[in-house]
Amino acid sequence: MIRKLAIVLLTVGIAGGIGTLAAQTLSSGLRGPAPLNEEGPAPPMTPMRNSAEKEVRNYPEQPPVIPHSIDGYQIDLRSNKCLSCHARARTGESQAPMVSITHFMDRDGQFLASVSPRRYFCTECHVPQSVTDPPVSNDFVDVDTLLDRATPGGKR
Amino acid sequence: MSEVDSKVPRPGLLKRIWSFLIELIDVLMRPSTVFSLGVLVLAGFVAGIIFWGGFNTGLEVTNTEKFCTSCHEMRDNVFQELKSTIHFTNRSGVRATCPDCHVPHNWTDKIARKMQASQEVWGKLFGYIDTREKFVDKRLELALHEWARFKANDSLECRNCHSADSMDITKQSPRAAVAHQRFLFTGEKTCIDCHKGIAHHLPDMRGVPGWQ
Repeated sequence: MIRKLAIVLLTVGIAGGIGTLAAQTLSSGLRGPAPLNEEGPAPPMTPMRNSAEKEVRNYPEQPPVIPHSIDGYQIDLRSNKCLSCHARARTGESQAPMVSITHFMDRDGQFLASVSPRRYFCTECHVPQSVTDPPVSNDFVDVDTLLDRATPGGKR
Repeated sequence: MSEVDSKVPRPGLLKRIWSFLIELIDVLMRPSTVFSLGVLVLAGFVAGIIFWGGFNTGLEVTNTEKFCTSCHEMRDNVFQELKSTIHFTNRSGVRATCPDCHVPHNWTDKIARKMQASQEVWGKLFGYIDTREKFVDKRLELALHEWARFKANDSLECRNCHSADSMDITKQSPRAAVAHQRFLFTGEKTCIDCHKGIAHHLPDMRGVPGWQ
């Protein structure tokens, strides 16, 4: 009798728990207030940062972000819109930064005359930036700040 | 009479056409003896309206997106590519249809282009680009024709809507403002020099000046 009662109670408990979990409004930065078992409305699309001003890299190896809109830029086997400004020969007219010389190097470390095929698809690493508040906060500090904490005023 | 006819040999075809033409001119030169001047003037007026109106209507009908995309060559290739660009949908809901960019708006230029387009009718009839593969192979050649046309008329079809005079560069992104000041306002370059591939996908650009 007690055993039966325990099973019933457990079942009710689990069912209740699932119900509460499902109905719970978990407010996360990314999800918003939409319940877990529902799909909330898509957030509005944000505009692209288009100031054309260089952004500081967070660490030296970071691929620089694209400080302008690239809507409709074609990068495929046939043509590369980015290179029509950033290629070596085009920078005089466009005043855009040249594609880094590291991009001319093939996988064996040999420098080619132009951008290596493996570096051809720019947006694999370089991306434009949205004008938006980050949904998740971030406490990243760069290496200079870290070194400064270890030895204040020290040389690096 | 039949005896005489049989004796005189029938003149050659060219000679008969020639004499017919002479006779026709003779009739056309003579004043009308049946119709009054009023009827002739009125009939000429009405016929003028019908022919000129019909001609213009024909011109208008062939100058629509619907007409252009009635051929699969256009509908399946270039029209699909246009759909993802700003000239098809945008925030203000203005659309540039095919003839806005590909047919001059000025009358004489328009007629000249329409006459050139008879070659495109020929191409359609004989399946010049009736498959995707043929289109892709010819893509650079087709694009070069259009770029040459835009270059020659100083991007007139762009400027039908976008004028340098009414361009507010303070509303543009910094890099657009700099480029327009340096190249457009000075007349050093024309729209198509920089804005290739804004309404359709680009062909293989190797060998095109300014591209890799």
